[in-house]
Amino acid sequence: MNLFESILFATIVAGTPLLLVALGELVTEKSGMLNLGAEGLMSVGAVSAFAIALTMDSTVAGLVAGMVAGILLSLVYGFITIHLMANQVATGLAVAIFGVGLSAFLGKPFEAKVLEAVPRTVVPYLSDLPLIGRALFAQQWMVYVSWVLLALIIWFLARTRAGLALKAVGESPVSAHAIGLPVIRIRYFAVMFGGAMAGLGGGFISVFHTPMWTEGMIAGKGWIALALVVFATWRPSRVLLGAYLFGGVMISQLFFQSSEVQIEIPSQFLSALPYLATILVLVLISSNVKMIRMNSPASLGKPFLKENA
Amino acid sequence: MKRRMILKAGLAAAATSMMLQAPMALADDPAKIGFVYVSPIGDAGWTYQHDLGRLEMIDNLGDKVTTTFVESVPEGADAERVIREMAASGHDLIFATSFGYMNYVERVAKQFPNVRFMHATGYKGGPNFLNYNARFYEGRYLTGIIAGEMTKSDILGYVAAFPIPEVLQGINAFTLGAQSVNPDIQVRVIWVNSWYDPGKEREAAQALIAQGADVITHHTDSTAVVQAAQDQGAYAVAYHSDMSKYGKDAHLTATTHHWGPYYTEIAERMLEKEGMGESIWGGFKEGFVELAPINPVVPQAVQDKVAEVTEQIREGEFHPFTGPIIGQDGKEVLAAGQTMTDEQLGKMNFYVKGVNSKLPK
Repeated sequence: MNLFESILFATIVAGTPLLLVALGELVTEKSGMLNLGAEGLMSVGAVSAFAIALTMDSTVAGLVAGMVAGILLSLVYGFITIHLMANQVATGLAVAIFGVGLSAFLGKPFEAKVLEAVPRTVVPYLSDLPLIGRALFAQQWMVYVSWVLLALIIWFLARTRAGLALKAVGESPVSAHAIGLPVIRIRYFAVMFGGAMAGLGGGFISVFHTPMWTEGMIAGKGWIALALVVFATWRPSRVLLGAYLFGGVMISQLFFQSSEVQIEIPSQFLSALPYLATILVLVLISSNVKMIRMNSPASLGKPFLKENA
Repeated sequence: MKRRMILKAGLAAAATSMMLQAPMALADDPAKIGFVYVSPIGDAGWTYQHDLGRLEMIDNLGDKVTTTFVESVPEGADAERVIREMAASGHDLIFATSFGYMNYVERVAKQFPNVRFMHATGYKGGPNFLNYNARFYEGRYLTGIIAGEMTKSDILGYVAAFPIPEVLQGINAFTLGAQSVNPDIQVRVIWVNSWYDPGKEREAAQALIAQGADVITHHTDSTAVVQAAQDQGAYAVAYHSDMSKYGKDAHLTATTHHWGPYYTEIAERMLEKEGMGESIWGGFKEGFVELAPINPVVPQAVQDKVAEVTEQIREGEFHPFTGPIIGQDGKEVLAAGQTMTDEQLGKMNFYVKGVNSKLPK
């Protein structure tokens, strides 16, 4: 692989967990639920996936465990915000902090253990394409799964009745309730789906990307994924673009340090780049109010009171 | 009923043996020795090696000592709390095994003049407070020789944590060792700004391999770099521990740390009520640094050469930082025939010629 291919390859790997988590969060938010707990959901997902993949010697079982852990923790969020109608922002932040702490506790016995790397799945013919072939079609299979999930979510939101119902709930839960949609059930499903995807994203990191578990290994990727949903203005296809852009920023700083092109930027600053990019994108998008209003679910973050309906 | 009888018998036996041993136990109350670790022990790495040292000490001294340890103590206010707690709870000797504990150890040591404090890799000391460190750069020079002989691209990769003298000693010694057998060598460095971030260490290793490095090494704590080399078909030189089980084909050798004999000696001094001794910076000669078994893919001639230079270092006939040493900018740092003093080594803040990356300021 030449340098371009290597950067592209590493970008896709680094962007995949962001893509998975942000897609889940997007679906959650489309139902009007703002779950800021992604960092915590990813952490418990990562530790559970690793623990099960190691003890059962099965990658798939690990990923399922990661998703289940994500669902369980997201149900805590769902119960507090949907049933008890607590503030979604505060609850989400609490879940984020709780999840990170819980993962460190659960992961103690698994610190510094390692899994065998999952081999790459090379797609015949396509991987021989010049420049992009190896980067796009010689990846671990979870990367391809993330593309399939993206396509399914696009199709679900745009073409299915259930997708329409989900969006209706996010726009106006009161009207949705009036036409007979089960608002609470739909919101629970959306929250659980977000939890599953965040758990899967965490599992990708601990099972595929760096096959090991260590405390704090999610390292802020959950927060970047949250920013990505805004960056993408709630459109799944733009989430893909954003995830790879952010992944690219994360890994290109490493490539720059060791390349022939010597750039006079301190590595500490380069390490901070993804977070700066997040802020920049938020600022740029916030300045265009119309763009946000057009796409953001109208009832995002607002609780639904059945009695008022 | 039966179980209770057995219990009773057991208790009686225990009581008898306690009575028999009681006078001896009074005279020989085991000394309490505490260890403060910066990361989880795991099964490879910096803390793992310190814990091996602790276990070796227990093997040597048996029931004359009991030990406690605390893992994953951050280098901040928590460290002072843990160290103070150990001193207050009757520990006679405390090993604090990370650079960032230095100021906390100093503060607690002043408040507990009867407790002995040993701090790894710092430079401060006191009447009941010594530091100890190892000349890891000696191992780096030797692994540099192996890397220089094994590379085909003449590009070596280095994943590094923070630009402090200890890490720069490693990078420069590795480069000098490689150049001693292969003058065309260039070493590329990526800073990950963390001692322990497997994701970033792995990505850095992959970036180095993608840019042509075919032998990579690391001054970070996880096994991620060795794993990445194994997955990508490159060679790796590990650090801290023998990490060969993480990269059967990739792992050429490792610079490994050995604290057991030293910990035993320090504990014995305390048990014999001798003085503290002095701070120490030990290398091959003191047994603080060793090379892990060398992968059979390394030709015998190279292994022989490494063994020869190892012996020279052990005997004090050769110092890896012997002039002429040329800096990255082409200016002479050390004249021919001179060796670097420990003070110069401790303040190292430059790259030697052949390191093909920018030094973060």
